[in-house]
Amino acid sequence: MKPVAEESRFTTISGKVIKRLYTQEDLAAERDSSLPGEFPYTRGIHETMYRGKLWTMRQFSGFGTPEETNRRFQFLLEHGQMGLSVAFDLPTLMGLDSDSPLSAGEVGKCGVAVDSLRDMEILFDGIDLEQVTTSMTINSPAAILLAMYLVVAEKQGADPARIGGTVQNDILKEYIAQKEWIYPPEPSMRLVIDSIQFCAERVPRYNSVSISGYHIREAGSTALQELAFTLRDGMEYVQWCLDRGMEVDDFAPRLSFFFNAHNDFFEEIAKYRAARRLWATVIRDRFGAREPRSWKLRFHTQTAGCSLTAQQPVNNVVRTTIQALAGVLGGTNSLHANSLDEALALPTEENARIALRTQQIIAHESGVVNTVDPLGGSYFVETLTDEMEEGARDYFRRIDAMGGMVAAIERGFPQREIQDASYQFQKAVERNEKIVVGVNDFALEEEPPIEILQIGEEVREQQSRRLEEVRRSRDGKAVRRALTDLKEAAATDRNLMPLIMEAVREYATVGEICASLQDVFGVYHEPAF
Amino acid sequence: MARDKIRVLIAKPGLDGHDRGAKVVARALRDAGMEVIYSGLRQTPERIVQAAIQEDVDAVGLSILSGAHMHLFSELMQQLRDKEADDILVFGGGIIPDDDIEELKEMGVARVFQPGAHTDDIVNFLKEAL
Repeated sequence: MKPVAEESRFTTISGKVIKRLYTQEDLAAERDSSLPGEFPYTRGIHETMYRGKLWTMRQFSGFGTPEETNRRFQFLLEHGQMGLSVAFDLPTLMGLDSDSPLSAGEVGKCGVAVDSLRDMEILFDGIDLEQVTTSMTINSPAAILLAMYLVVAEKQGADPARIGGTVQNDILKEYIAQKEWIYPPEPSMRLVIDSIQFCAERVPRYNSVSISGYHIREAGSTALQELAFTLRDGMEYVQWCLDRGMEVDDFAPRLSFFFNAHNDFFEEIAKYRAARRLWATVIRDRFGAREPRSWKLRFHTQTAGCSLTAQQPVNNVVRTTIQALAGVLGGTNSLHANSLDEALALPTEENARIALRTQQIIAHESGVVNTVDPLGGSYFVETLTDEMEEGARDYFRRIDAMGGMVAAIERGFPQREIQDASYQFQKAVERNEKIVVGVNDFALEEEPPIEILQIGEEVREQQSRRLEEVRRSRDGKAVRRALTDLKEAAATDRNLMPLIMEAVREYATVGEICASLQDVFGVYHEPAF
Repeated sequence: MARDKIRVLIAKPGLDGHDRGAKVVARALRDAGMEVIYSGLRQTPERIVQAAIQEDVDAVGLSILSGAHMHLFSELMQQLRDKEADDILVFGGGIIPDDDIEELKEMGVARVFQPGAHTDDIVNFLKEAL
């Protein structure tokens, strides 16, 4: 390893220089001495935190057909998982049916294939939707999948007031990072606001958006960029809701957040603490929220997929443990720990269980749950928290000056910031300034083979057959009428959720509903930068 | 080599939006003095081959993290043969398991880079192969 300059040797994974020692001198003159459960919630949103209730262990899963994923859900629930989290395949994420020519090779590969209400009924077969909360990772077609979930619950006879869960529905980070979009930003934002409004009125326990930094980080951002862009996205949704005429306290309590947990332990913990403090301050002082429920930032955490190595994959269990622990010490409200084989494929059943066990060991053996915010008061962690906050505020000012997040995205600002950070990290690894164990140091000559989950092409055939069956058995006239009504409403400013619910009830497919909206909204093309 | 600068098309086929790797590789190849065209997201193999011919590139690199690599590579190779453009070197990267790499090589894919690959290795591979 070649020697590097002293000041660049001790940096976080985001490249932030860390001092030899932190003391009382580093702490801000005006200390945040709030307690857990007190504004601005730096130390946690609950007075008792995990003594009162553990975080929700919510492992993200989905692959193949709805039947296969239903079996994995049952398996995870049997092993002590507390909530469900659905991964959809790429055709579903892109609003395409399994039998679309564009779906060839992709059906059921990185999530479960859902084409119509029939698939959703199978997916949740035997699972009581009043008892379990479900998170759904879906964005551009989020309103449709949310409608399907609510219709399944309705058919189970569930009370909408008792349905809990989260739909990701965060389109801004799609343009910024994950890049699964269909429509241009403006109509996409309208769909998000429609569903936030609908949930606020009809499904009060449902989190209508999960404002996500996870994907921003996976795309290569720094911890600070993840924090700043995510919260600024949240502010954008709030502003759009206010512009619609909604009252901030009517919807803010149901905005939730989703952060990454990367390797740099203390930087991550500081990020979560700063996130809570920033959100509480912004939602109260900038947007005028008066209810403490609106001030509390609740978040889900997932360990960093991009930190996992294909080399010596069992080492990933150790990485995931450190990351998950950072999430817990940062006060996460729910957690997904990655499986060791995720740099290679979707997890096998065995590896998914180890990931769940990782969470259970942290919860039940490590002792970290016994006291609230054990790192509060640490000179280092408090200083990092303050610096995170300050850095995020600086980004807020720059984005505000551009006219908000939609405008900043159209200029490619967050996208470029992330690209630069990801390139710098790659170069730092290649210069061996950052060590990735098993990759650029401590590598093995020969890697032993590892068993991975394979998804066959037969999933597409099965889904296509079911689609045919659904199209044959449904009331074609009713479907056409529902889609026409939806298109007409899309051209006005009516809330589209009730019309989407209607189309879903008639078994209109994800592809049909998205295509109808696309006729009105058009498609998005990313500008070059 | 017929000309001074290697021309490469870095392409994202299929529905996958994960473009971090593609963009890092494109930039690294540019930094190494190559001319790089980036396709943008969600291109069909057909459009990628058209672009490769139109831009007169020496190599096409596909980045696929969605698990659809077998289908997409095989489509691309077929399109190249149909258009009599199979002199263009094809390589790729992404979440691609070892077992599939053998099969991809048999299809005519020159090299597959897996997670953790060094960008210098990609640069050197292209310089040697072209």
